[in-house]
Formats: sequence, C-alpha cells, structure tokens
Amino acid sequence: MTKPIIELKGITKQYDDGFVALSKINMTIEQGKFYSLLGPSGSGKTTILRIIAGFTNATEGQVLFSGQQINQLPPNQRKVNTVFQNYALFPHLDVFDNVAFGLTLQKRPKQEVKKRVLDALKLVQLPGYANREISELSGGQQQRVAIARAIVNEPEVLLLDEPLSALDMKLRQDMQYELRELQQRLGITFIFVTHDQEEALAMSDEIFVMDNGKVLQSGTPVDIYDEPINHFVANFIGESNILPGKMLADYQVEFVGKSFECADGGMRVNEAVEVVLRPEDLDITTADQGKLVVKVDTQLFRGDHFEIIGLDADGNEWLIHSTNPVRDGKEIGLTFEPEDIHVMRFGEKEADFDARLEQYEED
Amino acid sequence: MKKSKQFFMVPYFLWIALFVVAPLLLILYQSFTDGQGHFTVRNYLTYGSSSVYLKMSLNSLWYAFLITVITLLVSYPAAYILSRLKHQQLWLLLIILPTWINLLLKAYAFIGLFSRAGAVNHFLMFIGIGPKQILFSDFSFLLVASYIEIPFMILPIYNAIVQLDPALPNASRDLGASPWQTFRLVTFPLTLSGVKAGVQAVFIPSLSLFMLTRLIGGNRVITLGTAIEEHFLTTMNWGMGSTIGVILIVMMFVIMMLTNDRKKKRREVLDDEKTTL
Repeated sequence: MTKPIIELKGITKQYDDGFVALSKINMTIEQGKFYSLLGPSGSGKTTILRIIAGFTNATEGQVLFSGQQINQLPPNQRKVNTVFQNYALFPHLDVFDNVAFGLTLQKRPKQEVKKRVLDALKLVQLPGYANREISELSGGQQQRVAIARAIVNEPEVLLLDEPLSALDMKLRQDMQYELRELQQRLGITFIFVTHDQEEALAMSDEIFVMDNGKVLQSGTPVDIYDEPINHFVANFIGESNILPGKMLADYQVEFVGKSFECADGGMRVNEAVEVVLRPEDLDITTADQGKLVVKVDTQLFRGDHFEIIGLDADGNEWLIHSTNPVRDGKEIGLTFEPEDIHVMRFGEKEADFDARLEQYEED
Repeated sequence: MKKSKQFFMVPYFLWIALFVVAPLLLILYQSFTDGQGHFTVRNYLTYGSSSVYLKMSLNSLWYAFLITVITLLVSYPAAYILSRLKHQQLWLLLIILPTWINLLLKAYAFIGLFSRAGAVNHFLMFIGIGPKQILFSDFSFLLVASYIEIPFMILPIYNAIVQLDPALPNASRDLGASPWQTFRLVTFPLTLSGVKAGVQAVFIPSLSLFMLTRLIGGNRVITLGTAIEEHFLTTMNWGMGSTIGVILIVMMFVIMMLTNDRKKKRREVLDDEKTTL
C-alpha cells in the first residue's frame, strides 16, 4: 500500500439553506492511482472535488494532504489542479498564454515557461496550436488545452470534473484511452468525476460510487461490477436483473420459487435478500435444459449483441444479452453458474459487506 | 413576410429621419452658413484660431475625463460587491431609482444641501470646520456630475461581472493566482467590455453637460455645452453654436471608435490567420 496523498475524514457539507450535500464522507486517495467518483447528478461528487480544490469549505471534517490538514488553505496554495467541466479556458488569452498561466504566476524564466508549455501541448497532441485563440478550437481541442494547462504545473493530484461530458461519443472514447495513458505516463493521481459508469469502469483503478451525499461502495471496477453492495449500485453500474429472494442456507438461495446453488453465505437462515443476475451471464439453451424458462417478449439488435427481454411464468422480466438472435415468442431456457448469482442483503454497511465477502472467499 | 417586416420598420425609420438625421443635417448646414444664409467656413476658422474655444474644448474633455474616472472608481467596486450580494434586484433598483428623477430636481436638491445654510455646512460647523463655500466650486460640480452618472456606469459593469463564468476566477485561483492576481489577470480583463460601455455612457454625455455647470458649477466651469447654450440662447449666433455642436459630435464619434476597438482587432487576427493558412 502506497502512502495516502489525500484523506477526507468525516467530511460533511451543509449549505446555508440546510441542504446536506455530503454527509460524513471518508475517503483515502493514494499516490499515482486513477480514481473515479461515480454517481448521478446531485450525488455530491463535484462537491468533494470542490472541497479538495479549495473552492468551498467543508462544514465538518478534515481534509488532509500528505498528512497535513489543509481545510483553510486557499486554492492557489494547494498542490492540486483542476480540469473544469466546461474547461474554463480564459477567452481573452490564446492557447499558449492559457497553458502558461500557472507557470507565469510562479515567475519562472521565459525560456523554461516556453519549453514546458510547448511540451505540454505536445503531450496532449496539440503541437502547433500555441498561437490559436480559444474560440477557434473545437470542443475536443479545448478539452486538451484544459488538461495541458493543469498538468503543466506538475500537480500531485489532478482533479477532473466531468471533463468528457461535452464531447461526442467517438471523441469521448478516444479521450478515455488518452487520459488513462496520460495518467500512467505521468504517475499523477487522477480524481475523475463522472456520471457515466462505462467511463468509470474503463479508466479507474478504484471507483467510489456515490448517491445522496454518501459513498455507497468503493473498490476496483471488477469488484463493484461483480459484487455490488445494494440495489442502487447494481442498477447504476451496468445492467442487471434484480429479484427478491430468500437465503435458505449458506450457498443456497431461493428466488422465483426455486432453489439455486450460489457462492454467497454468511446470512441468517431465511433472510430476505435481493439477487442480481447480469444479463451477459445468462446463457440461452433449450426450454427443457434451462434452470429457468422464459418466453421471448422483445428483442433489440445492439450491434455487438442482442438484447432480449423474456417473461417467466410469474411475469418477471428477464434481460438477456446474447450474441445470437432467438425467435420472438419462443420459449427458451436460461442457465447460469452458481458464481453468476450475486446475493445482496438489505441495508448492509460497506465495512460489514467487505468483511463478509472476505470471510467467504477464504473458505 | 418580408414586406410586413419592412412595414413595421416604418415608424422607426421615420423617427430616425425626423429626429436624428434631419437635426444633424440642419446643424451641419447652420455651421457652414453666415447670418445671411451664405456658405462660409468662417465659423470653423474662428473656432480653430480662437484660444477661448480651444480652452473650452480642452476643458470639456478634461472635466468629462475627471467625471468618468471618478465614476469608474466608485462604480467598479460597487458593481463587484453588488454581484456578490443576496438581494441583488433590490440593490439594483435602489441604484436605478435616482435616474427616474428629473436632473433639474436633483440639481436643486444639491443646491439645498451644499448652500451656505445647507445640511452639509451645518454638519461641517458641528464638527468645527465650517462653514465652507461648497457650491459653485469644481469640487461640487464633479461630485454632482459623478453622482448623476454613476448608475450608467454601474449597470453595464454589473452585467459584465454577472455574465462572467464563475469557473474562470476559480480556474485562476486553482492555477496559483492570489485573489488580487485573479482580479487583475482574469476578472477585470473579462469585464472590460462592461467598463467600455460604461465609459461611453458617461464620458460622451459629460462632454456636453451645461445645466450642471451653471447650477452647481456657478459658471466657473465652462464647457462646450455651456458655449452652445450661450450661442443659441444668448448671443443668437446659431452658426457658431452649430459649429461647436458639429465638433462635439465629431469628438463623440472619436471616443466611440476608441472604445470600440475590440471587435475590429479580432477580425484582423482572423484575417491574418486566413492569409497564413
């Protein structure tokens, strides 16, 4: 474990009108990793970024930077730089002066400023754009200038506030690769705010899933995808079939009136739970061989897969991803492995959840 | 569709023709004629050769400049603070309110305040400095003129500050700028359009102030505005009055052009870009 660079301890943010944007957030950010704060709008993720950058103060709690409390430190004295949502490039300055802004304030020698600015522009693949006006740039180019302007100061942490949301799909995907690559090359800690789960899953070392001013779950993308802690996370990250169920015993769960073998345990006997099955984990087979039987209701071609909605005998909807099409109205069987079933308890805290998982993985 | 649009423009064009273009042409015509209606450039020669008129012109420019500077110094901080207040609409209303009151009434109110037996002198006597001659001084003229012009400076600056994306000052702070550096390098340059609009709205009318020069300045301050009034109403030399009017209009155009350079520059940059591409 590398040393933490930023720690948030019990951060609460309450506005004058009483609205609580963040409640008791604890977060540890390690050096050189790519973090994402993922959540719907209004979940408080941008507020966390603003507190780290120093644009707003936490009502309660501590912000530590390399172990030092920085709650009262003004933004210009913090070793973090921000890439703003709408880039916030200075319209009265050209590309060079925008990128040179921080270095000029530090009163660096002219030659050094020039070299570092041109290097930074090269790094974001905009060489030769130094003398352009901001208004002459496309959205993607402005985005790159904003990144160059931030990283040229060699911050220890780079904060990115939904920097890709204004770009079109194709450009966004390209930028995801570039950002990830940039982060690995520079070794700077990135804290990336997004509401796009695909973006977070693709780029991050670690994701914090947020809702209503709270961190619901944190972990690697694979952990969060495979073991969502609750209904909200399961629904927000990827697509899922979520059904009410009952825990009959360890490794034995009941849903849609049938008992299935599963990989989870550590719950009370007959405890009511929720069961998650990812659509891509459901395999289609003939009706007599399936663990479940559903009737195909609708089918959409999504390019790389077919999205099939089937109804079982009880009227539950099942979302299935398949590479091959099925016939509409036909009865099909669904199979899945015990590990594909993920069981979620109601109201479980993240710490308890992690402890339980660890215990049952060791077995 | 097009025709009906043009039809609705008729009142506007009539108005402009009758009350803007025609008077301007009349002034121009008057300035080039003598008392008998013959063409002459004598008025312009007189203006150019007389030190009195030169002094008046410089006086006008100087006082307009002073009024603009004072107004700007008061208005920018005021607009800046205003943009951070809670009940902005109310404060704005309070600032706009005095402009609804007739200029003459405000001038007379100040005469009352500044006169020998006025409230200000009472106060000065109370703290042991007074009474002083306040009325009919440069000081009182500049003070009242600035007071009257301030709303016209605050409003455009306030609008420019409100329209400024708050992320921009934040970005500046984020990149290491202190609050003052942020103001100097980001906030002020980006609200300069409002300052320019304000300067236009104050400087240009201030060039031709004449009522205040008389009522508050006590004719100690003679500007081109006073001269025009004098020529038209007292000496009845309409030709000379019109000449000064023309010169005043030319001055205004020059100021407009000086404060409007931004768009033009921008286009030149684009043109350069095109030729290099």
